[in-house]
Order: sequence, then structure tokens, then C-alpha cells
Amino acid sequence: MNTNPRPNAKSNAQANANKSANLSVNPPGQAGLNRDRPQAPGKLKHYLTAVIILLLLWGSSVDTEASLGKLIQGSPNMLDLLREMFPPKWSYFDNIVPAMLETIRMALIGTTFGAIFAVPVALLCASNLSRSAWIYQPVRFLLNLVRTIPDLLLAAIFVAIFGLGPLPGMMALTVFSFGLIAKLTYEALETIDRGPLEAMTSVGASSVQRIVFGVVPQIQAHFISYVLYTFEINVRAAAVLGLVGAGGIGHYYEVTLGFLEYDKTCMIILFTLAVVLLIDYVSTKLREKLL
Amino acid sequence: MIELRNVSKTYPNGTKGLDQINLKIEPGEFVAIVGLSGAGKSTLLRSMNRLHDISEGDIRIDGKSITQASGKPLRMIRRDIGMIFQSFNLVKRSSVLRNVLAGRVGYHSTLRTLFGRFPEADVELAFQALERVNIVEKAYARADQLSGGQQQRVAIARVLAQEAKIILADEPVASLDPLTTKQVMDDLKRINVELGITTIVNLHFIDLARSYATRIIGLRAGQVVFDGPVSEATDERFAEIYGRAIDQEELLATRLPGPQVLEAKA
Repeated sequence: MNTNPRPNAKSNAQANANKSANLSVNPPGQAGLNRDRPQAPGKLKHYLTAVIILLLLWGSSVDTEASLGKLIQGSPNMLDLLREMFPPKWSYFDNIVPAMLETIRMALIGTTFGAIFAVPVALLCASNLSRSAWIYQPVRFLLNLVRTIPDLLLAAIFVAIFGLGPLPGMMALTVFSFGLIAKLTYEALETIDRGPLEAMTSVGASSVQRIVFGVVPQIQAHFISYVLYTFEINVRAAAVLGLVGAGGIGHYYEVTLGFLEYDKTCMIILFTLAVVLLIDYVSTKLREKLL
Repeated sequence: MIELRNVSKTYPNGTKGLDQINLKIEPGEFVAIVGLSGAGKSTLLRSMNRLHDISEGDIRIDGKSITQASGKPLRMIRRDIGMIFQSFNLVKRSSVLRNVLAGRVGYHSTLRTLFGRFPEADVELAFQALERVNIVEKAYARADQLSGGQQQRVAIARVLAQEAKIILADEPVASLDPLTTKQVMDDLKRINVELGITTIVNLHFIDLARSYATRIIGLRAGQVVFDGPVSEATDERFAEIYGRAIDQEELLATRLPGPQVLEAKA
């Protein structure tokens, strides 16, 4: 291995003898030896960052009139609420099952349609597949615009247009899923291996064939994983859409809270929790298998 | 027949990739293009099926200009030219069979291939292609489960399924070990001899070029500096192509572990 044992042996002996001394009293005592080493960068930047973050926190709490005192003052109320919530009213379960199923259906349909619309848009957004920046930059801009609208606001708008019920909820989720899936997919598209595309060009494939044979197999698993992930998010989102009248379990939150029936609210929360956890678990397992 | 007339390629930054190249390659030839990295070997090969555009001149494949073709006529010309790449360019997540079948898409309408269904005859052709390169048992394996040499043979099978009349191979063995190199080069040679497919190979190793090719084209700084049969491609001529004496680096034989050397003269 080592062709020249001498320096090795020497340095070993020295190292053993001087190890502790060298390590502990490095900078002041033996500065002469370490003149070539770079100086550690200053920590000032980190301290300043911390100060700025603290100032921002303090500033926003003053601005919103939030204080620790209020939190402590309010805590008995919270305890009261919790006390009223327990025990949950188990018999209420039968009343909310249909609404919960509706919530899941909304999420399912919203995700599906969002995913379908996302495919062509993602292809247009990917800089390595789109023909020119004149196409993908405007499409990306529109996509980002869609993504800035929160799902609850979308639902409220659709409720205003189509009236109460699950339909506006589904449409809100469709738009929301579309934005999320298209974004994630086009970013994955930009990382694909160009080789197969080149090979498909060389066999005389048309541009659609290039995508079907060169791109789709590379992106399939990622895409399905993103769709599942969006479905997870949508189930959670669909649970609150009812607050603005867009169908699903959220409606029951509003009703029970309005009538101060906190034991029923607690039942809904527990049920939602169970469903969301289950769907998250299944989806995570599926996605692990995929990638 | 492939015909290049006054072909030049200038990159946007002003460097000349190809400089006034005139070549005629007859059907059934096995041509090796040699030269240092950056001499323009890859550019030359890739301009023949227009993966690269040229700036001047004309390239004709069986009398049809690929330089001026576009749309469907261009795809039809490309369908007759198979290409083999240094990095294999298989879809790693797809099965071997599907990769080979991808070579058939040029024969079908976009609509027909949209769901990846191929006629029985195509599947049969794909299997025959896999048999020809001795890898048929891997047909349903995923491409990324194969070794480099096996992947390159799948790429050759893809070209066979494509029923190409010309094979362009861009450094097909550059990422393979010496023994696998021999297998892949043997496959290429066999296909060239048995099926009469014109084969043009970019090679880095001089001894490989000598033992497999019937004609050698030497490139230097985008210009053809040698063009002739193997018998004329002496060490002295190679020294000219490379602008210096031949280095051990350029010989594959020196990299082989034992005394066994390539004896692939067909």
C-alpha cells in the first residue's frame, strides 16, 4: 500500500505524542505552524439573521395584538371546550358517514380530473420538451397564477357561481389538483434522461410517439405518486370545504359548532382523523412501492 | 448509399465542427470513423440522421436529401437509419421487449401506437431481433436490470427491429469493458455481413477499427484526413490522423487482461 513507510511511521509517532496538545491549544500556542490555514468565517451573519427573525416575530405579534398573557387567559376556555368535547357522541357516527363518503368522493373526482388536465399542461411547461420559451414561459405563468388561489377561496367562488352542494367543491379541488400535479410533474419532466428521446427521434418517431415511448415510461411512477399525494391533500382539504357550503363533512363542522354541540364535533374530528390517517398510510405505502 | 457533399457545420460560438466534408458510403460497407475526441466524429455521425443540423452542404440518403426533409419525409428517412449510442439510450424502466418494439413506431400511425399495442408480426420481429443478439431470455426483464453489454445488445436489437438499412453507431463500446466490447462488435459485424446493413461506427480504439472495419475514415479538426481500406491504414497514417505517434491508450489490446487479443476478422 504505502511505498514509503518512513514519513508514515514518523508522523504516527509524532501524532500519538502530540495529539492531545495539538488539538486543544491550536490557535494561540502554535499559530506559527498554522499560518496557511484559512480563517473560520465569521459568525456575525448568523447572529444578525437570528436578530432579524426575532424582530419580525416580535413585530408581528405586536401588530396582531397577540401575547402570551392572552394565551394564558384563554386557556381555561380551551379546557372548557375540551371538557365539553369529551366523551364524544359516538352515536353521531351514523349521521356523518354519508357526508364523509361524499368528502372522499369529492377528493377522488377532483384529483382525477385535475390529473387529466395536468398532463398536457405539464408537457407544455417542461423546457426540455416544449418547442420554445415562447410557449413554456406563458404557460408556466398561468399555472403559477392558478396555484396562487387558495382552495377555500376557489370553493367560495364556485359556490357563488353554482350554488351550494358538492359540485363546487369538486371543481375547486379539480383546479387545485391541476395546479399542484402540473407543477410537480413538469419539474420531474425536466429531470428525465434525454437519451431515450434521442433514440426515439432516430427511429423516426413523431413527437407524440416520442412522448409515449421516451417520456411516459420515465415519468409514469412519479406521476402516479404525485396523484396519490394530491389525493391525500385533497381529502384533508375537502373536509373543510363544507365550511363555505361546498359539500362534504365540513358542513357538519359548521352545524355542530353553531349549535355548540361539541361532543358531536369531537366525533367528526376523530372520524376525519381516522380516515385521513388511513388514506395517508395506504397512499404512502403505495408510493414507496412505486419509486 | 450515403452521400455527403461539402458538408460543414459551424457552431454558434464560431468553432467549426465539420469542414467541407465529401464522402460516399456504399451499401454494405463497414466503415469506422476514427479520430481524437473533438475531431468531429460524433457530429459527422449525428448529421447523417439529422440529430444535428449542418450549416452548409447536403446529405443524401439513397438519393433523398435529409438536409431538406422535414415532417413525415424526414421521419421516413430516419426510420431507415438505426442508431446505437454510447450510453445505450434505452428506457430503463421499460421491459427489454418494449424497448425493442419502440424501434417499430415509425411503421405505425401515432394513434395506433398511443397505447403501446403492436401487431403480432412486430412482436415476432422483436423476438427474432433479440435472438440474433442472444438475449431473448431477458425479453420481459426491465432494461435497468441488465449489464452494460446486455443493454447495448438490446439497443442493437432495437435497430434490427427497426429494419434499418443503415446503422450508425456512436462510440458503441466506449462504456464497455474489453470482453463485452468484443461481443458487441462481433454482433455488429455479423449483422453487417449477414444482413448487408451498411454500418458506420465511431471508434476510439484503432485496433478495433482495423479488425472490424472494411474502410476507415480519419477525422481531424472536422476534416477528412484519411479515407481508405484497412490495409492502407498503417500506424504511420494513423500518426497523421492523430497528429502524433500512436499511444498505448488508443489500443484496446493493451487493456485486455490476458494474451487473448481480438481475432474477429470476418
